[in-house]
Amino acid sequence: MDFGFSEEQNLLREQVLRFMTEACPLSVVRTQNGALPRELWRQAADLGWLALIVPEAYGGVGLKWIDLAVVLEETGRGLSPLPIISQALAATAIGRSAGDGVKGEWLPRIAAGEAVFGVGLYDDPTWIDPQGIRLEGVRTLTGAKRYVSDATAATHFLLATRTDDELNLVIVDANHATLTAQPGIDRTKPFGTATLDGVAPLAAFPISADDLAFLTDCGAVAVTLEAIGAAEAVLELTTEYANNRIQFDNPIGKYQGVKHRLADMFVDIESFKSLAYYAAWAIDEAPDELPRAASLAKAYASDAFARIGIDGVGLHGAIGFTAEYDAQLYLKRSKWVRSAFGDADYHYQRAAAIGGL
Amino acid sequence: MDFDFTPEEQAFRAEVREFLAENLPPRAERGRGFMGEWLKQVRNRRWVGFSWPEEYGGGAGSLTEQAILKEEMALAGAPPLGTSFMGLAWVGPGIIQYGTDEQKQRFIPDILDSKVNWCTGYSEPNHGSDLAAIQTKAERVGDHYRVNGQKIWTTGAPWADWIILLTRTEFEVERKHDGITCLLVPMDSPGIEVRPIENMAGDRNFAEVFFTDVQVPVENRLGEEGKGWAVTISALANERSSIGEVTQMFAKLESLKNLVRSTTRQGKPAADDPAVRRRIAEFEAKIAAMKYNGLRYLTKQLRGEPLSSETSVNKLHRASLEIEMDDFALELTGLAGVQLPGSEDAVDGGRWARSSLGWPGVVIGGGTPNIQRNIIAERILGLPKD
Ligand SMILES: Cc1cc2nc3c(=O)[nH]c(=O)nc-3n(C[C@H](O)[C@H](O)[C@H](O)COP(=O)(O)OP(=O)(O)OC[C@H]3O[C@@H](n4cnc5c(N)ncnc54)[C@H](O)[C@@H]3O)c2cc1C
Repeated sequence: MDFGFSEEQNLLREQVLRFMTEACPLSVVRTQNGALPRELWRQAADLGWLALIVPEAYGGVGLKWIDLAVVLEETGRGLSPLPIISQALAATAIGRSAGDGVKGEWLPRIAAGEAVFGVGLYDDPTWIDPQGIRLEGVRTLTGAKRYVSDATAATHFLLATRTDDELNLVIVDANHATLTAQPGIDRTKPFGTATLDGVAPLAAFPISADDLAFLTDCGAVAVTLEAIGAAEAVLELTTEYANNRIQFDNPIGKYQGVKHRLADMFVDIESFKSLAYYAAWAIDEAPDELPRAASLAKAYASDAFARIGIDGVGLHGAIGFTAEYDAQLYLKRSKWVRSAFGDADYHYQRAAAIGGL
Repeated sequence: MDFDFTPEEQAFRAEVREFLAENLPPRAERGRGFMGEWLKQVRNRRWVGFSWPEEYGGGAGSLTEQAILKEEMALAGAPPLGTSFMGLAWVGPGIIQYGTDEQKQRFIPDILDSKVNWCTGYSEPNHGSDLAAIQTKAERVGDHYRVNGQKIWTTGAPWADWIILLTRTEFEVERKHDGITCLLVPMDSPGIEVRPIENMAGDRNFAEVFFTDVQVPVENRLGEEGKGWAVTISALANERSSIGEVTQMFAKLESLKNLVRSTTRQGKPAADDPAVRRRIAEFEAKIAAMKYNGLRYLTKQLRGEPLSSETSVNKLHRASLEIEMDDFALELTGLAGVQLPGSEDAVDGGRWARSSLGWPGVVIGGGTPNIQRNIIAERILGLPKD
């Protein structure tokens, strides 16, 4: 048993942290409008993060999701607007479900960051199930796919469709679709509706219900990993403020109403962090364990991070409510995190079922 | 104990209902001239400042009638009875309680007629929860005070005509609550500078307000010099009954139920989900508790006992409910829930998402939940201070 990161993984973490501090601080994050930050994306590609989980045979680094976990935790800490999760989901889906031809064509482009993916799976925002997929067709597509992640940044969309009894993933050129950006609470997680009018996808392949669930679980784990970094950032920001802000002649951190809440945040973060690391490991090493592990991690984090987001603002007092102060950016992220790839309710229900109830 | 209203009170309720049926068109049909006409009508009926003394233009209504009025207005979704929000909520009552006769004549009618907007200059950069420690300085120079200092988070300052300002006239005091003086200051006084602050929802409602050698005539002092804390305390406690507020919470609960009715989760009606039903009923229990708490406190007032710290109970409920109900709506509707007005998929036009960004206004403004808990623990339970 070794539940710790390797030397290489620690170096990777430092690299991402440096990138986030130097190239993508919150002052830069705040200027993003949903379009792809090209220069940052190029740097991420150069550093090999987009190729991390792509097999070596397809121009990738051939590492695992637990390595990517390190990247996501640190990009999450700085609320990076880079569509790394969508890109990783595209790589995972193609690597697992597509044929050699599609892999050979698309995985190298994903690894190089040359194709930028937005992902749209479920049309029903509250139904994580093959039945939640409504868009029909595979050779030509007419209709709309809603809730496409990172849609405004993408050059390509990976979309789930249905044909009779089969589920498919299709790759669509973003230029062939009409995209309507949908303004959401968290501007660093842009999504939109892709409207297709007789569009022929560039590639298509069937995906089993199990693989669709696997992909969704990867998404849930990825979002949770980002939430670890983000929640830690809130805790750090708030702890520092509590040490410095004087009211009634003492730092407010002296009062148990503040101090204990911060300690509770720590307990929660430690806990969903452990659940999320385990789930990220399970993606490659114990896929049978993934559904349970992903659901427990995402469920715990969804509720805990939502509270952390709220209290991160509240414990600052009025300054936390200002646009200028960073705490609110994390609160907005927490609201998106809660619903992305299934909320706590869905995941706890599912965990109960997996647990035999 | 008796939950029935007297025949007079029932008649009053009927009168209000009748008026609303005749004069309050549905929201969509309220045209441009509506608001002016509305304000004139409720004013003519003396429903604005309904429990204020008649001699200054108030309605001299009873506390119970006022509660009925607020409840019916909220039930009907009526607009406010006046646009001078803070004037009606606490500046007016503060002036009625502590002001000179001349001040009452001068300020009250303009508040009732929605002619003058007030803002509240209490909080300072270094003194929010610890309000009594404020440092904005007012020096007596002849027949006026000279004010220097800074306020912050002053809601409405960008458009207010007047500010109720908490200053310190004495710095060498044993208790920080002494030496505070309350002044009524025109916002266009030379030396006042307002810098709006953007909040996280993108609005610019509150501001920093800077005072440099601002001259305030002594006759604009509210209450005695050095006794301003008493004025503040009564102003802060002046939310006489929270009935109107509770009625709005009930309305919000109804909207939430409608949302539940029209939402499916995992392909099944959300209304059939035991977890959803439990949450909704829990909200209802808290709102109903707020309502009956409010009635109990109202009874106390009617019996001539002053309200004290028990109002913190409802404030705490309100704070958590505002957050939880919005967030529940967001969670219920998945990724559609986090979309803002302007998105095609936004739920109820983005109303819940918007509102979930505005809650700190209710929760932090007017004393944070921790401070409410301290009030209960220290003043009611008698626990030692930190
Ligand atoms: C939307 C909005 C509108 C406002 N409008 C106005 C206005 O019109 N006029 C005006 O004067 N003010 C206004 N305020 C200011 C408001 O009254 C203060 O924000 C509030 O009193 C808290 O003060 P603070 O922001 O300085 O936070 P602080 O007092 O610095 O508190 C920071 C945190 O420490 C906690 N804390 C402090 N002391 C203790 C303690 N002893 N024990 C436990 N926890 C503690 C608080 O609960 C809070 O979480 C407004 C605020 C908001 C958010």
